[in-house]
Order: sequence, then C-alpha cells, then structure tokens
Amino acid sequence: MSQAAKRGLAARRLFERLLPRIVVSPLFAASLFFVYGFIAWTVYISFTRSGVLPSYTLDGLSQYIRLWATPRWQVALGNLFIFCTLFIALCTAIGVLLAILLDQRIRIEGAIRTVYLYPMALSFIVTGTAWKWILNPGLGIERLMHSMGFAGFRFDWLVNPKMAIYTVVIAGVWQSSGYVMALFLAGLRSVDDEIIKAAAIDGAGPLRTYASVVLPIMRPVFLSSFIILAHLAIKSFDLVVALTGGGPGYATDMPATFMYSFAFQRSELGTAAASAVMMLATILAVIVPYLYSELRGANK
Amino acid sequence: MTQTAPAGIVRRKGLRHRLMRILLFAVLGVFCLYYLLPLFIMMATSLKSLDEIRTGTLVSLPRQITFDAWLKAWGSACVGVRCDGLKPYIWNSVLMVVPAVAISTALGAVNGYALTKWRFPGANTIFALMLFGAFIPFQVVLLPMARTLGVLGLAGSVSGLILVHTVYGLAFTTLFFRNFFMGVSDGIVQAAKIDGAGFFGIFSQIVLPMALPAIVVTVIWQFTQIWNDFLFGVAFTVGDSNPVTVALNNVVNTSTGVKEYNVDMAAAIITALPTLLVYVLAGKYFVRGLAAGAVKG
Amino acid sequence: MASIRLDKVWKKFGTTEVIKGIDMSIREGEFIVLVGPSGCGKSTLLNLIAGLETLSGGGIFIGGDLVNDIPPKDRDIAMVFQSYALYPTKSVRDNMSFGMVTRHVPQGEQAAALAEVAELLHIETLLDRKPGQLSGGQRQRVAMGRALVRKPAVFLFDEPLSNLDAKLRIEMRTEIKRLHQRLGKTIVYVTHDQIEAMTLASRIAVMDNGHVRQFGSPEDIYERPVDLFVAGFIGSPSMNLFKGRVTEQSGLRLQVEDPAGVVHFPIPKNLQDAASPFLGRELILGLRPEAMVREGAHRPGSETFSFDRMIDVVEPTGPDTMLVFTLGGIEAIGRVDPQDKVSVGTKFRFEVDMSRAKMFDPATGLHL
Repeated sequence: MSQAAKRGLAARRLFERLLPRIVVSPLFAASLFFVYGFIAWTVYISFTRSGVLPSYTLDGLSQYIRLWATPRWQVALGNLFIFCTLFIALCTAIGVLLAILLDQRIRIEGAIRTVYLYPMALSFIVTGTAWKWILNPGLGIERLMHSMGFAGFRFDWLVNPKMAIYTVVIAGVWQSSGYVMALFLAGLRSVDDEIIKAAAIDGAGPLRTYASVVLPIMRPVFLSSFIILAHLAIKSFDLVVALTGGGPGYATDMPATFMYSFAFQRSELGTAAASAVMMLATILAVIVPYLYSELRGANK
Repeated sequence: MTQTAPAGIVRRKGLRHRLMRILLFAVLGVFCLYYLLPLFIMMATSLKSLDEIRTGTLVSLPRQITFDAWLKAWGSACVGVRCDGLKPYIWNSVLMVVPAVAISTALGAVNGYALTKWRFPGANTIFALMLFGAFIPFQVVLLPMARTLGVLGLAGSVSGLILVHTVYGLAFTTLFFRNFFMGVSDGIVQAAKIDGAGFFGIFSQIVLPMALPAIVVTVIWQFTQIWNDFLFGVAFTVGDSNPVTVALNNVVNTSTGVKEYNVDMAAAIITALPTLLVYVLAGKYFVRGLAAGAVKG
Repeated sequence: MASIRLDKVWKKFGTTEVIKGIDMSIREGEFIVLVGPSGCGKSTLLNLIAGLETLSGGGIFIGGDLVNDIPPKDRDIAMVFQSYALYPTKSVRDNMSFGMVTRHVPQGEQAAALAEVAELLHIETLLDRKPGQLSGGQRQRVAMGRALVRKPAVFLFDEPLSNLDAKLRIEMRTEIKRLHQRLGKTIVYVTHDQIEAMTLASRIAVMDNGHVRQFGSPEDIYERPVDLFVAGFIGSPSMNLFKGRVTEQSGLRLQVEDPAGVVHFPIPKNLQDAASPFLGRELILGLRPEAMVREGAHRPGSETFSFDRMIDVVEPTGPDTMLVFTLGGIEAIGRVDPQDKVSVGTKFRFEVDMSRAKMFDPATGLHL
C-alpha cells in the first residue's frame, strides 16, 4: 500500500472515530447557547438597570429590591404558594384514590382510564376557556343551581379577587389529576404479585395491604409526581391567562404571568429578568436534589 | 398495562363485600362525570343558539341543534380586528407543528443514539447538561430569545416558532431516545461494527427500525406539546402568524360586542380536536409518553 | 399440624383448564413435593391450597375442614415465595412480625417467637436491616423466618431455592430438610428441580398438564415410574428409551434396529408375561444410564446382557463418566466408572442389568 493511501485510510479511521462527537457537538453547542447562554444573559440583565431597552451597566441588586417591593410580585408569590399547595395535594389525593380504585379488577378499566386521562391531551387554554364558561358567575354553575331549586346559591369566585385563585386550582386539578392516577396505576401494577400474596397470607386485608405494604413501596412515585406537579405549578401561565387573565385586577397573577406582563407589556426588562431568575431558582431548588439522586441511582 | 395477578385471592364474600363493590363503582362513576361534564358542557353549549344559552342552564341539552357557532368559529369569528375565524390559525399551527416535530424527533434520535451507543469521554456530562434544558422555566429564556429571533429576522414568524420549539424540544426528544437506546443491547451495535457498518449505516439500518415505538411515542408527545403551547406562541408571534391556541384565547377575550359563548366553546373544541384525536387513536403511546415524561418532570 | 385433602380439584383461567380434577391425600407431617415441567400447574395447585386462587371446582380440606371459601389468613398456613416477596420498606424484624401484628398477637409473644426463629435460622444480626441490604441467601432465610414465626399447621414453598446459586441451594436444601425433621410440620413444596424433589420429599407428586401422573415415594417414582412421562422426567441424565419390536428368540426379546447392527435385548423375566401379548408389535425399553456399565462391572447374579457400540462423545463429570452413543435412532447415555478409559470413535462393550429395565406400551405410554 502506498504511503498516501495509508495516510488516507488513517484519516478516514480518525474521522469515523470522531463522527459521533461531530454529530453531537452542533446540538450540544445549540443547547449551550439557547439554554445556558440565554440564562446567563437573563441573569446578567437582572443585575442591570435595563428598562425598555437592555442596558449592560451593572447595577447590583436594584432590580431584585424593586421586584420584592412590588405588591404585584408579592401577590403573585402568595398565589403561587396557594396554588402549588392545593394543586399538588388535591391532584395527589385524587390520583392515588383513583389508581387504587381502578386496581380492583374493574372490567371496563380501560374505558374509565381513558376518560380520566383525556384532559391531559388538552391545551391549558382550552381547559381555561371551558372552565371560564362553567364558572361564569351569571350563566354558569350559579344558574344551574338556581334551576335546581337552590335559589340563594351564589358562585362568583371568578370575579371575586379573594376567591379567583381557587378557580385556577379547580381547573388545574381537573386537567392534571388523571396524570397522577396514570403514574400511580403504573406503579401499582409494577409491584411484585408475590408481595401482595404474602400480605394476604400474613393476614392483611385490602386496606391494610395498601396502607402498610403497597403505598410505602410507591415512595418513588410520590416523589416523581410531586416533582412533576410542582414543575407544572411553578410554570403555570396558560391556564391563568385563559381562565382569569390574571384578574380581577392582578388578583390571580402568578410569577409566570407577572414575568410575561413585565417583559412584553410593560417593557421593564430588568424586573422581568429578575422575576424569571427567581422562578428558575425555585425550580432548581425542587429539581436539582431530585435529578442528583436520580442520576446517582442510575449510575449504580 | 397488565392486570395484577393476585386477583384470585379468596376473600370472605358477605354483604360488606357487596356494599364495598357498589361504593367502588359509585365513586368511579362520580369521577367519570367529573371529567366528562366539562366536555359535555362545551359540546352542548356550542350547539345552542345564544338565546337558548341565556334561557337554559349549563347542562340542558340543546332544544334546537345549530351549527352556526361552529361555522362562525371556523370561518368568521373575529380574532382581534381580523374576522376570518380560526381557520388561518389552524393552518399556522400545522405549518409550525409538522416541521418542529419532525426536526426535533430526528435530531433527538441521532443524538440519543450517539450518546448511548458510541459512548465517548464526556458523553454522560453532555447528556446531563442538555437534559437540564427540559427542566428550566421558559420565562428565563423569553427575553434573549425574542432578541435573537429579531437578529435572525425571524421575529413574529412561524419559522421563528419552529426554531424555538425545535431547540427546546431537543432536550426531551434526546432523553426519550436515550432511554430507549439504553435498553437496546450494545452487542447488536458491536456486531454491526465488526460486520463493517459505520455510524450512519448502523443508525439507519439497524437502530432506527428497532426504535419505531420510541419514534411513535416521541412524535405523539412532541405533537401534543407543541400544538398545545401558548407561551412561545404569544411571546414570539404577532397577529397573522399566531398559532391556534393564541387565536382561541383572543377569540374568547375579544371584548367588543356581545359575548358569544357558543362560538367560544366551538372554537375551544376545534382547537382541542387534533390532540384529542391523537389521544383517542393512540392513547397507549400517549400514556407511555406521559410515563416517560415522569422522568422529565 | 394438619392433613390436607384435595377432592377433584379443578381450576380454569377463562377457558384454559390448568388443574384438571386432582385428588390427593396428604398425611400430617408429610413433606410433599410437587414437581413437573413449567406450566404443568404445580404453582397453581399450591396457590389453590394457600387460598391465593379461587377454586373452579372440587374441594380442599385442611385438617379435615373444607377451606374453599376461607381466606388465606384463616387457613393456618404460611408460605415461602420464589421471589421471597419481602416487604422492601420494612426491616427484617417488621417483615417477620407483620403476620403477628395483623393478628393482634401480644407484644411479648411476638418478641419471643421472633427471637426463637431468628436464632434457629441464624439471622439475629440482620433484624434491623432492610431486605435491600441482604444477600440472596439471607433474604431466603428471612422469608423462611417469616413463615416459621407464626407456627402454622402447614408450610407451603413455591420454588424457594430457584433464585440461589448452586452451592447455596444445596446448603439450604439440607437446612429445609433438617427443619422439617425437627418441626415435623406438613409441607407442600413446589419445584421443577427433580434433585430437590428426590432429596426432600417423603412423597413426590409428578405433575404434567394439570394432572398428577404419579404420587409416591421418591424410590417408587425413580424405580417404578408408571409411564413414559415420569420415566423421562425423573433422573438426570434421563432414562434411555429404546423403541423395538418384540420377537421370540430363545425367550422373548426386544429387537432394536440400528444401522450399526441390530441389538436383541432379552426381556426381563418379571416382565415376560406382560410382554408376551405384544409379540410382533412395538414396545419401548427404558434403561437408566447407570444400568449400562462396562462389561463385568455388575454384581454377579444380575440379569446381564452385553452389546458393543461405537462411542460418539465422552463426558467426564468427576464421579462418573457419561458415554454417549447412538442406538435405535436415539442418543443414548451409559454411565461408567471414570477408571474405564474410553476414547471417542472406539467400540465399547456395555453390560446391561436387565432386571432394572422398564417396558412401556408406546400406544398408552404406560408401564407394563
């Protein structure tokens, strides 16, 4: 073989060996730019005096101080807390209950499961639109109750600043609880039959078997559904926009709608960036420990 | 999902057992109503005239079925100042969803394959860093993305939206395919290497045909996610280039004139129809996607 | 302690019949092994006795009482599972006590029972661990402990040793046998491993396709298999089954055709009467590998017969050497002493103890 041909072959081999890296690197670069680069930019902007236009002069924590002094941000955080707590608690309770009930040899289980889960296929905008109509203070549930004879029934949560956030909870739970049911049902189905048989021989009835044997085994499912729901809750934007538009006033604002409004409607870039960074920090606080333990578990 | 086997365990069959069984079905039935009622209300409302809506209740059946609301929602409802119904926006959504799903799925497949079957130093770190993109709240990238789209000349266009969905869908499609390929034996790839196949040869001839279920799950997931997206649509498009979710929200929140609840409901159902259809036809894969999404959070 | 009686037990899953009318009487204190190939219904039968499956027909009696509608917890049984089925979130102590807690056994009694069993099984030091922190053998012990601690009348074992490595399996086998001898409880034990069945059982039930083919002592099953299935299933390597034609040639003989030369096995004296109606027709001759040895190696006085065969494969196992050869269209195995030097491709002269031969009717599969 000639010297040149040998060198050609060596070069081709090297290329073959590097090919996987060559394929991955543009994608990785894109992710570095669009995720990490953008996060860095947003974080930087949050430390500047940027208003309508970005300014690149650092200004310390001024935007954060402004943010935390804004009553609307405080409302948004309060709402997030209420929403997160109720949304996670109700979705988990309903999801676990339905999963256990569906696990009792129901012949039409497939059909029921389909019904419980279909809201997950809808856009939050559709869900919001539907519930906005159902909860309509004049023509919605209130009218329905009146026609059923409850003349004094009043239901104005949608336009009541104190109660409006709970309508977001109602719609959110309607959409997402089926998902939790599906996660738990899959979890229940993966429990070794023999463990349930062993519990039967040990004298545990169905209730005790679930409470004392099966649900403790479901700990990872509780954890991952908590993560998913918390993630959904912190990011929730569409549902609020479609259902209440953040109103009445800004009574149902959440960090996500706050950020959008400051960024695109009021053009206060610095404050918007600071609120986005706060959201990121919240999600990191929930997810990093989880991801860390997951990846460590996977490496074992 | 298979039925759990210990179904046959002998239990005492008394009155209590029968009562529990009745209670069980009662609770399941109540929840069926809970989930179905909103869909029923939307449907019923969309088929009523405005007069009937004002006189009837949420759950009353339409006395006289009319498709006027559907026709209006489809072809002549006003979105902002434009009164062409949802039709042009559905088209926008289709133009956005097809390329975005195709590109993000294809790239995810190659990426997942390279990261699992050709493991090179740092592959795991690269994956972990990319995966992070699936978890961030997108608010944190909205501002720089808007500026970048402006620089690229893609601001306010459907093409810009395709780029955004591809970039931020990639983390998830990669995760999906990586998880799938982790389950594929390395031996198959080793054997093909010994047989002389290269990186792309193995991918197209051996790995990809095996990955069909993963492709279906990913496509369905991405389709649902991108079709249902609102945040990117509302942030990066204007007026004529809005995807249908944004248009729906505008229809509903147009404050001029009489509130036409029947048109709102028809528009909502039209918007939901593609994803609902996918769910009904390919529910199994949809559920699998949800389960895999559990890893994503 | 209790006896168990199965009366025409049937089990159907949908339309598939898994157990097809089994009758069986198990005496108090017996060690019964259900053995058979996978899918023969042995585990289902055990689950029926446990109450983990509901009968489709017939009756099960434990200690004389009909238990068809009695839940598992009230049958006074304990069970050890193949996967051990330990509760992963509970400590070893809580795993073992769970059955006593649900039955509201007083604390003091619980502690005493736990201590006694832990000592018996040498797991005192493991009580505070979780199952995930135990080795396979330790989990197996804990699973046994959980069964023992309640002192039930009947123990049920569902392939308890199949997840252990070979060495541990033999150790635990001995330990289970020792426990049975010490406690004297009735045991029903399912396995697909015939060596386990032979070593442990006071009686073995060989199952196939939802039926019990033979129910008898290990010796019975090995020496007097009732049909071809039992003959082929029990014994390793399995019994050689030669098909041949019955001829008359200074007494009844079985003529086995082979390209390398016909062999005329003399039909053993005790089977001559039974075989005579088959003159001119086919029968199957069953010879265990250990019945075919080097010429001259049998004890004097046995009913011997010799023949030559070319050796295809030599498989030394240590204590014995297996010689593989072809006869009558099957691969046959003879078991010889390792001292008998044999090389592949040479002729070897076997001597058969015909008094240990079995004869089967090919039409029914039954022993003559």
